[in-house]
Amino acid sequence: MNKSIMIVGVGGQGTLLASRILGNVAIKQGFDVKVSEVHGMSQRGGSVVTYVRYGEKVYAPIIDKGGADIILAFEQLEAYRYLDYLKNDGKLIVNTQQIDPMPVITGAEKYPENIIEKIEQKGVSMISVDATKLALEAGNVKAVNVALIGVLASKMNIDKQVWLDVIKETVPEKFYEVNIAAFELGYNCK
Amino acid sequence: MKKLLLGNEAVARGIFEAGVKVVASYPGTPSTEITENVAKYDEIYSEWAPNEKVAAEVAIGASFGGSRAATCMKHVGFNVAADPLFTASYTGVNGGLVVCVADDPGMHSSQNEQDTRMVAMAAKIPVIEPSDSGECKEYIKLAYDLSEKYDTPIIFRLTTRVAHSQSLVEISDRVEKEFKPYEKNPVKTVMMPAMAKKRHVFVEQRLKDMAQYAENCPLNTVEINDTKIGIITSGICYQYAKEAFPNASFLKLGMVYPMPEKLIKDFASKVDKVYVIEELDPVIENHCKILGIDVIGKELFSLLGEYSTNFIKKAIDGEDVSTFTIDENVPIRPPVMCPGCPHRGMFYVLKKLGMSVCGDIGCYTLGALAPLQSIDFCVCMGASIGMAHGIEKTGNQEFKNKTVAIIGDSTFMHSGITGIVDIVYNKGVSTVIILDNSITGMTGHQDNPTTGFTIKKEPTNQVNLVKLCEAIGINNVVVADPFDVENFEKIVKEEVKKEEPSVIISQRPCALLKGVKFPGPLTINKDKCVNCKQCMKIGCPAISLKDGKVEIDKTQCNGCGLCTKMCKLGAIGGGNNE
Repeated sequence: MNKSIMIVGVGGQGTLLASRILGNVAIKQGFDVKVSEVHGMSQRGGSVVTYVRYGEKVYAPIIDKGGADIILAFEQLEAYRYLDYLKNDGKLIVNTQQIDPMPVITGAEKYPENIIEKIEQKGVSMISVDATKLALEAGNVKAVNVALIGVLASKMNIDKQVWLDVIKETVPEKFYEVNIAAFELGYNCK
Repeated sequence: MKKLLLGNEAVARGIFEAGVKVVASYPGTPSTEITENVAKYDEIYSEWAPNEKVAAEVAIGASFGGSRAATCMKHVGFNVAADPLFTASYTGVNGGLVVCVADDPGMHSSQNEQDTRMVAMAAKIPVIEPSDSGECKEYIKLAYDLSEKYDTPIIFRLTTRVAHSQSLVEISDRVEKEFKPYEKNPVKTVMMPAMAKKRHVFVEQRLKDMAQYAENCPLNTVEINDTKIGIITSGICYQYAKEAFPNASFLKLGMVYPMPEKLIKDFASKVDKVYVIEELDPVIENHCKILGIDVIGKELFSLLGEYSTNFIKKAIDGEDVSTFTIDENVPIRPPVMCPGCPHRGMFYVLKKLGMSVCGDIGCYTLGALAPLQSIDFCVCMGASIGMAHGIEKTGNQEFKNKTVAIIGDSTFMHSGITGIVDIVYNKGVSTVIILDNSITGMTGHQDNPTTGFTIKKEPTNQVNLVKLCEAIGINNVVVADPFDVENFEKIVKEEVKKEEPSVIISQRPCALLKGVKFPGPLTINKDKCVNCKQCMKIGCPAISLKDGKVEIDKTQCNGCGLCTKMCKLGAIGGGNNE
């Protein structure tokens, strides 16, 4: 059975690195893997989404509505925006950070209130976590992506050492320790 | 060894393995990473050319010179390169020549949704299309063999989802290619009417020969399974369709132009119903219909945007997927200029002055969006300058002394220079602002002729924008820092008033460049702030209202300080300066 995982967030939050870590973890499990991302215009602080799919044989590199086993959301509004991509029995991991999009900043629109409660009321299986806090605790706010990967790893049946190895291979050496610290904090947070 | 590679990385690997010696390109999403990855191989000479036309000419020259060559571009880049490539179709090649063109269905990062297959047909250049990274690498190697065998350039067509998705690729070694011998043969390589007439005959015959080849081309594959549904498809649509209908029968075309006849007819005869699934234009569908085959295509599937597994499922058997629903408005999150972006100060000034702005292609096109909303027009690379000149020449007083063209440094090198020549030659008075941020920003930081570095980051000659504009004949060339908004405003006011052309070089490096240092996050002094929201007029994503109060997000703010210039009360401070 193929696994489909979406990583959603705001351009600049490091979703691409997170999807690369996940993709490489899946390869180490011996799976066929496809990872899809979008570059360019949409990266500039816009809504970004990456897809990771793995299993015996994967065809489509993107995930459709109702097709995600797990959504890892780096920001509340993005979790809300892509909620319809989650399978009915899928799991949502959401960072509690809120980043106002430009229409909210200009006052043209309002940031929806109580997003997490509203998602919970829909009966979505959900974990919310303040990953910004974890990243700061680890020593660098930019490690928020690896902290969230830690949370994701704790919910998947893959040996922890595999994740640690892939992080070592993926992140620049000088940020290795802070990223491992962030991963551990995420892994052990709940 | 199998590696997870981006489609574009796999194309680069294929170019390497095929023994290519020269690659020249201009960056353009979603094609950029091909050439960026080629640049990592020291066995290949690679360069960023100033535009796709020059890049194509370099590749054509390299092919004539006896080596395998490539040029890579986005779909609209092909329009720029069309002139040399349409005729390279006539000359054919010496060393293999492949033109990688990445289409962008759904326009993730483009100004239109044109289908390269249509342009390729007009140019009579064969097209090969892969559907994942593994095929990207293998197909392009075959493309080089075909290019040399049939004496033709080959278009290697990608789409965003193939270019920008990663899948597993088996890595092989590079096979070096000897230079092909060169024999002077003007009938083939000098395209004057007498010669071109002969070559056109060759081109038509070549298409016939290749259509014959398409019948047995290893890239065109048939999978006969359940014969109720037969699907003819290519590229990424194969992957979606296969996911949607794993048990259907498939004819997957890896060579999408020219197409086979017998192969398609045979396939159609074996299945009950034939669907043609292709994003954008009905190229395969039209071919089938011309052959008299009854196929279902665009009456079910859209001419617009991207397809997906669900979309195909729903179109064919009406099956819909139940999902969680949101019952309130979710605000969109459009892309924005980064915190610290040099363009922000300039747009603030242009909006304040109520300028009509002829825009161009780059990060700064985002200046069309709220709250800066400065840009009036944007069409294609380099168009800003010609448009400003055209508006001026109408004599319409509505635009007089209040119109500017804005164009990035890389875009100016690409196709802005000739616009300036036009203004000077034809006695225009337009004001052009060149946004010199020391890099090609939008496509992810590529060097260009103004940065002083090559694609391999080696120091090189640097085009001097001031001297260039002066040499063309612009008497008013002013360099200004867009973050000194007061001075910038004064300069714009002065230059647009002049009855002769002006160039303002808005100079400040991209905030994301290595080496650009800011003092770190600023904070708002709550005792001084009266919530006038003046600082929010610049549209910085780091400044927003929290519980009705202006606040700076310290995870986003880098302390560039533009907002402090908006605040008359001195309420914004912090960073290292505090």
